[in-house]
Amino acid sequence: MMQEIDYLVILLQLMLAVGFVVVVMLLTHLVGPKRKTKLKQENTEAGIKVVGNARLPFNIKYFVVAILFVLFDVEIIFLYPWAVNFKALGTTGFIEMIIFIATLLIGFFYIVKKGGLKWEK
Amino acid sequence: MREYIFYFLAFVSIISALMVVFSKNPIHSVLYLVICFFSIAGHYLILNAEFLAVVHVIIYAGAIMVLFLFVIMLLNLNKESEPHKPAIIKFASVISGSLLVLVLVAALLKSENLNLPASTHPSMHSIGMVKDLGKSLFTDYLLPFEISSVLFLSAMVGVVLISKKEA
Repeated sequence: MMQEIDYLVILLQLMLAVGFVVVVMLLTHLVGPKRKTKLKQENTEAGIKVVGNARLPFNIKYFVVAILFVLFDVEIIFLYPWAVNFKALGTTGFIEMIIFIATLLIGFFYIVKKGGLKWEK
Repeated sequence: MREYIFYFLAFVSIISALMVVFSKNPIHSVLYLVICFFSIAGHYLILNAEFLAVVHVIIYAGAIMVLFLFVIMLLNLNKESEPHKPAIIKFASVISGSLLVLVLVAALLKSENLNLPASTHPSMHSIGMVKDLGKSLFTDYLLPFEISSVLFLSAMVGVVLISKKEA
C-alpha cells in the first residue's frame, strides 16, 4: 500500500499543475477588461488579411527529424532502468550500456555523415 | 478505491477512443488519442507496471503523437478533397470489425487463467517496477536488449535512405 501513497503525491502535483493553469486562465477572463467591438474581435486586427488555407503540405524534413527524435527518445528510455540499478549492476552493466550506446553512436555518425539533419542543401 | 479508479479510467479511455473514431477533424482525433493513451497509462499503473506507464506517456503520448500530427499535416486534408467511401466498403469494414470483436471476446471468455500473476501473486507484485525490471533486463534479457540497438541502427539507416533521394 506504500506505492499508492507514492502515486497520490504525483496525482497531487498533476492536479496542482492543471489547476493552476485553469485558475489563471479563468482569472484573466474574469478580471481583464473587455471591449467587444467588431474591429477588436477580428483575427488580425492590425496586419495583413488572411490569405489561403493553413493546411498546406510542409517540408518532409520536419518528419525525418521527428522520426530520428523518436529513435533517440526510446534509447533514453532504456537508460532509465539502467540508471536506477547503476550501483547494483556494477562494471558489467556499465560495459553493457557502453556497447548499446556505441551501436547507436555509429548510427548517429551515419546520419550526420549522410546529412540527414542538414537543413539546406 | 482501486475499483473506482479502474472504472473511471476505463470510462475515460472508452469515451476518448470513441471520440477518436467519431470526430470529423483529424487533428481533434489525435488529441483524443492522447487522452486515451494517458488513461491507458493509468491502467498500467493500477497493474503495477510502472515502467510501462512511463514509457507509454513519454514515447506514445509524447513522440508518436507528434509523428501522427505530422502525417496528418503532410496528407493535405482539405474538406473538399476528402473522398467519400462507397457503401460496399463501409459494409465490409463493419463486418470485418465485428468479426475482430467476436474473436477478441471469444478469446477472453475462453481463457481460463485471467487473474494475472502480476496483480494477485505477492512475489510478482513489484515485477513491473523500474528497479526490478532493470535488473532482469540487464541480466536475464541482455542479448535481446543489445540486439535492439541493432534494430535502432537499422531504423536510422532506413530513415536516412528513404528521405535522401540520391542515397
